Amino acid sequence: MMNVPVEEKIFHAQKAVPMDKHNSSISIKVKDLNVYYSSVHALKSVTLDIQKKAVTALIGPSGCGKSTFLRTLNRMNDTLPGARIEGSVIIDGVNIYGSEINVVALRRIVGMVFQKSNPFPKTIFDNVAYGPRLQGIKNKSMLEGIVEESLKKSAIWDEVKDRLEKPALELSGGQQQRICIARALAVNPEIVLMDEPASALDPISTAKIEELIHELKKNYTIVIVTHNMQQAARVSDFTGYFYLGLLVEHGETKKIFTTPDKKETEDYITGRFG
Amino acid sequence: MTDITQELTRKNHHPAEWLIEKALFISGIASIVFISLIFLFLFKEGMLTFKSVSPLDLIGKWVYDPYDEKNIFKVMWQSVSEVPKYSIVPLVCGSFLVAFPATVISSVFGIGCGIYLSEIASARVRETLKPTLELLAGIPSVVIGFLMLAVVATFVQDLFHTKFRLNAFVGALGVSLVTFPIIVTLVEEALRAIPKELRDASYALGATKWQTIWKTVVPAAVSGISAAVLLGFGRALGETMIVLMATGNAALVTLDMFSSVRTMTANIAAEMGEVVQGSEHYYVLFLVGAILFTMTFVLNICSEVVINKMRRKLRM
Ligand SMILES: Nc1ncnc2c1ncn2[C@@H]1O[C@H](COP(=O)(O)OP(=O)(O)OP(=O)(O)O)[C@@H](O)[C@H]1O
Ligand SMILES: [Mg+2]
Repeated sequence: MMNVPVEEKIFHAQKAVPMDKHNSSISIKVKDLNVYYSSVHALKSVTLDIQKKAVTALIGPSGCGKSTFLRTLNRMNDTLPGARIEGSVIIDGVNIYGSEINVVALRRIVGMVFQKSNPFPKTIFDNVAYGPRLQGIKNKSMLEGIVEESLKKSAIWDEVKDRLEKPALELSGGQQQRICIARALAVNPEIVLMDEPASALDPISTAKIEELIHELKKNYTIVIVTHNMQQAARVSDFTGYFYLGLLVEHGETKKIFTTPDKKETEDYITGRFG
Repeated sequence: MTDITQELTRKNHHPAEWLIEKALFISGIASIVFISLIFLFLFKEGMLTFKSVSPLDLIGKWVYDPYDEKNIFKVMWQSVSEVPKYSIVPLVCGSFLVAFPATVISSVFGIGCGIYLSEIASARVRETLKPTLELLAGIPSVVIGFLMLAVVATFVQDLFHTKFRLNAFVGALGVSLVTFPIIVTLVEEALRAIPKELRDASYALGATKWQTIWKTVVPAAVSGISAAVLLGFGRALGETMIVLMATGNAALVTLDMFSSVRTMTANIAAEMGEVVQGSEHYYVLFLVGAILFTMTFVLNICSEVVINKMRRKLRM
């Protein structure tokens, strides 16, 4: 069918994306980012540097634009009708809103895990192998290797290794979410975005995901949205506080949670507001 | 009684609400009652066939042939004859020779069109295409039949050099015009039911739009699409006017798509008007109707089962 040539094209296009790796510690540079949904001004001049191989947590009350911000980083907003974006997001020296950017290739570099676990109605194996297969990998043993490695990295290998051919939807919510993480890692991204990945999970599954995030930051840049202050404090190295589309404050998590510069931040964190 | 007990034991139902609820319930089960009644009636009348006709006669009949001095097993439908022959084999052949190609044609185009409408077409294109489809669905089948008979049959004959001008294929083309909008609508619905989260997951893994359609959306909707095809097939089996006009109505035992055929439906429509009520012939026609009804009923059940399977698979 027609997907073969398309696949080929993208596979090559991915290599064409310039990725000049300068040894800076900054993974994503966001400058003057504005997002509008038809009439809603959802993000207002957000400027923020996201550190490499660290966890950045985004906090703030509901509707303040955290998810919107996260989706600008892999251009998932492109799929929303009526969304308009201004400003620049620079990843490894390339503005991902530049005219020559291959969005498909970008999304392989910037993976995403959603709030509601959304495995495909396929087997566990096929879920994790989905991304690699898109890139044209057909070799069975190669796929098996990738699947195993990704599931191990996502701390779910032991739980599912005997039932890789079972539907992913038969797993528990927490297991499904880790399958989704494995699926994202299987594409070998550099950055992983997580939108409230544990909000629908029980405390034990949440603890597992947090542990996992801790492990993952050795190799990946992680940006996580969370409503849970303790979670932000536990897992993140940096924290950004959003309010009404503005990035109110951003800095090291330790500082934000102990001596924030802004009164609003302190009020939100201590629960006096929000 | 205290206030609280009074409150706790208060009836929530107003008498009028009770009445409305019952009325809705009755209209709800009315369809079940009607179906059961039709079923019962068809079968009761159809079974009376076997008063004078043996079940084997429905396949074929041994008839003495004076020219051959032999008994010959005749697999044919000749209801008005000195020795009536009621083999349903040619009728079943005819029905399938029309319904099957019609379903194939309308599925190929219908699934394509459904995918286009749900996944690719802009809102504006969709807003023009959908009313057009409804228009197509609203064309009386006698008009389609006439078109097939008067125009398309000639085209088909010129193109394929067929022996018969009116044949199963011409009928199938006409019937596919009826099943096409049904299949498109059902396929589109099945695709739209696929949650946005699944598409997002695919895009986020670096899939293109086409990859997302072929590897996520269509596979997730495959049960719904199969159900659409099954329902289309059921509808094709039941179509009457078009086949009556366009297939030539010769009750031949054949597997040739370009031969004239007579379907079960056309047979009933053509003969029911002249048959003597309560005669053997009359009961056989009912039996044919009952068989047809059973086939479409089974197809509908199958598609229902298939749709439920999809719901379960997607946890919807
Ligand atoms: N698809 C959309 N179309 C229109 N407006 C949207 C859309 N998505 C978000 N918005 C608006 O943009 C603003 C920011 O929404 P966003 O989802 O980013 O908030 P959030 O911080 O993630 O909230 P929550 O914590 O509840 O998830 C809100 O005012 C919301 O109503
Ligand atoms: Mg959100």
